[in-house]
Amino acid sequence: MRNAAATTADVTSADVTHAAVTNASPIQQRFAQLHDQGRCALMPFLMAGDPELAVTRSSLLALEAAGADLIELGIPYSDPLADGPVIQAAASRALAAATTPGRVLEMLRSLQGELTIPVILFTYSNPLLNRGMEAFCREAAAAGAAGLVVPDLPLEEAETLSAIAAGHGLDLVLLVAPTTPPERMARIAASSRGFTYLVSVTGVTGVRTTIESRVADLVRQLKALGPTPVAVGFGISGPEQARQVRDWGADGAIVGSALVKVMAEADGGGQDVAAAAGRFCGELRAALDA
Amino acid sequence: MTSTVPPVSSASGVDPAALELSARPNSLGRYGQFGGQYVPETLIPALAELERAAAEAWADPAFTERLNHLLKNYVGRPSPLYEAERLTEHYRRPEGGPRIWLKREDLNHTGAHKINNALGQALLALRMGKKRIIAETGAGQHGVATATVCARFGLDCVVYMGAEDMRRQALNVFRMRLLGARVQPVTAGTATLKDATSEAIRDWVTNVESTHYILGSVAGPHPFPMLVRDFHAVIGEEARQQCQEAFGRLPDVLVACVGGGSNAMGLFHPFVQDTAVRLVGVEAAGDGVASGRHAATITEGRVGVLHGAMSLLLQDEEGQVQEAHSISAGLDYPGVGPEHSYLKTIGRAEYGAVTDAEALDALQLLCRLEGIIPALETAHAFAWLEKLCPTLAPGTEVVVNLSGRGDKDVNTVADRLGDQLTG
Repeated sequence: MRNAAATTADVTSADVTHAAVTNASPIQQRFAQLHDQGRCALMPFLMAGDPELAVTRSSLLALEAAGADLIELGIPYSDPLADGPVIQAAASRALAAATTPGRVLEMLRSLQGELTIPVILFTYSNPLLNRGMEAFCREAAAAGAAGLVVPDLPLEEAETLSAIAAGHGLDLVLLVAPTTPPERMARIAASSRGFTYLVSVTGVTGVRTTIESRVADLVRQLKALGPTPVAVGFGISGPEQARQVRDWGADGAIVGSALVKVMAEADGGGQDVAAAAGRFCGELRAALDA
Repeated sequence: MTSTVPPVSSASGVDPAALELSARPNSLGRYGQFGGQYVPETLIPALAELERAAAEAWADPAFTERLNHLLKNYVGRPSPLYEAERLTEHYRRPEGGPRIWLKREDLNHTGAHKINNALGQALLALRMGKKRIIAETGAGQHGVATATVCARFGLDCVVYMGAEDMRRQALNVFRMRLLGARVQPVTAGTATLKDATSEAIRDWVTNVESTHYILGSVAGPHPFPMLVRDFHAVIGEEARQQCQEAFGRLPDVLVACVGGGSNAMGLFHPFVQDTAVRLVGVEAAGDGVASGRHAATITEGRVGVLHGAMSLLLQDEEGQVQEAHSISAGLDYPGVGPEHSYLKTIGRAEYGAVTDAEALDALQLLCRLEGIIPALETAHAFAWLEKLCPTLAPGTEVVVNLSGRGDKDVNTVADRLGDQLTG
């Protein structure tokens, strides 16, 4: 779907998406459907194993029921460089609960047939390389994952993994940052599979009160580069900001720290974590569809 | 004397092409499989800018003249190469023994080698127009060096330091504050150097457009391992010339402690292609490598990614980074610079490890024999002499990098030795 014709301005992303839908990955299909419906994808992030994998399992189902279109599932890591305090703390709790990549995949496999939306695994390089790229991708695909996001694996390091992932039917999603120069942005957009992940802030993940207005320009620039959908993440704190990025033309809104915080507060207050996740997701859905 | 005897050097079998400068690192920022740039995309343009700025600076006579002027008049270089006569005598056998020389980086301004790199990077930051500086520190020596050069050039300075290390190195915390730096405690994880480094990288991701990160070791994403090595290479360049003057040839063995590995890399670098010169790095074995409580990354680690580089790494079977342990805050790090992993893997350098107790013994020995209190980090290099010297032929010329002085460690040493000290 990333062919030369896509660079000409008169080919809309819809035309190209339709043309490619037959061989499309689950993530591409989902974005194509949403595009046809004129909707913006809602992609919640949650940390697997926070506070324990059984809760993650029921939360995933609650998120789908509440209108999530895709889910980004974090595999906890001891040294999460791209994460702010909220997700760092979630990773620490998950590791304290003995969460391992193997157990995360096992939980995901147990959802096959129940969870129908695409799941994108968010993992740092080291746990992935430790397992081996080939083995990790094979096991992730067997567990039903649709894609991978590796926040500390930039374009220069990503080629090998992208090919291996593709061999197992997984999309390796690459990230673009506000600091990325235009020429590099074009190369990333051309190499990213499934969608391009636009990091909305110069910074780590976290809840922020406003989204920088330069994100609007970045979405426009990325969309002009080709048909690959653009999802915006890092710092979307609630329904209003989700709607804001939709209005700026993003194909998807990724909500991580805000959801992780809602879940942690529910857990701390002895409430049903999955139900709280579902409620928050429902509010985001309503805002995006309004 | 305990445990293993170091292997006799066999570096002569190393492929010369692997030792070429163009392979350390290659055009992709790799030392063999090690190195690279495993960082969030946000930082990639800043790393490219830094690499470009460094290349331009080294090619600019005005930059090197200013750097050399400050190294001479502000840092106090060249640091002496000192013949440790009583230490030499201590290791002398009936048939003779090695002669031990000390490269006196402890005599630099701020008391350690760290100032070489901090000064160089501060000059680079000025060239790049960045007015805010961040740094991580373990023992506090790099933090003090960075705070010092920031004061000298009027730059804002924030130093990230693990809360546990702030306790262990209270004197250096005060020195940094006195120099006008803000010391930011890091309580995440193990509250030591690893976590301080992560937090410094997060700050850089957030403030990259205004801020330069003066990374303090030959670790982190490319170009840092190369950049930091090149600013410390003055140690080895001087030593090379001083050896010629002192005994008319190259030394036989170089010994240095290795945490991230900056002082060792600085001393080794100008000798890497002289395969007759043995390069020996000494890591911290903490309570002993077998105890699991240690920081002997090269000895015990597996290939992994930490803080932006692929290198050897202390990690569990799931790829989670493990806690390191050492009495020395500066060696208490589960990673190591990628070039060390490379030199080890290709067989050019050898690495050993000594325990906290062995380092403490060596510290006292140097105090009593030479009237020099070394840093606890540095004491690890001296502790290896116990194992190394009995294996060396008479007349072997050994240079030990005396990377820092030990004033900062006096409280830690007093806690450990307490009433064992009499007199």
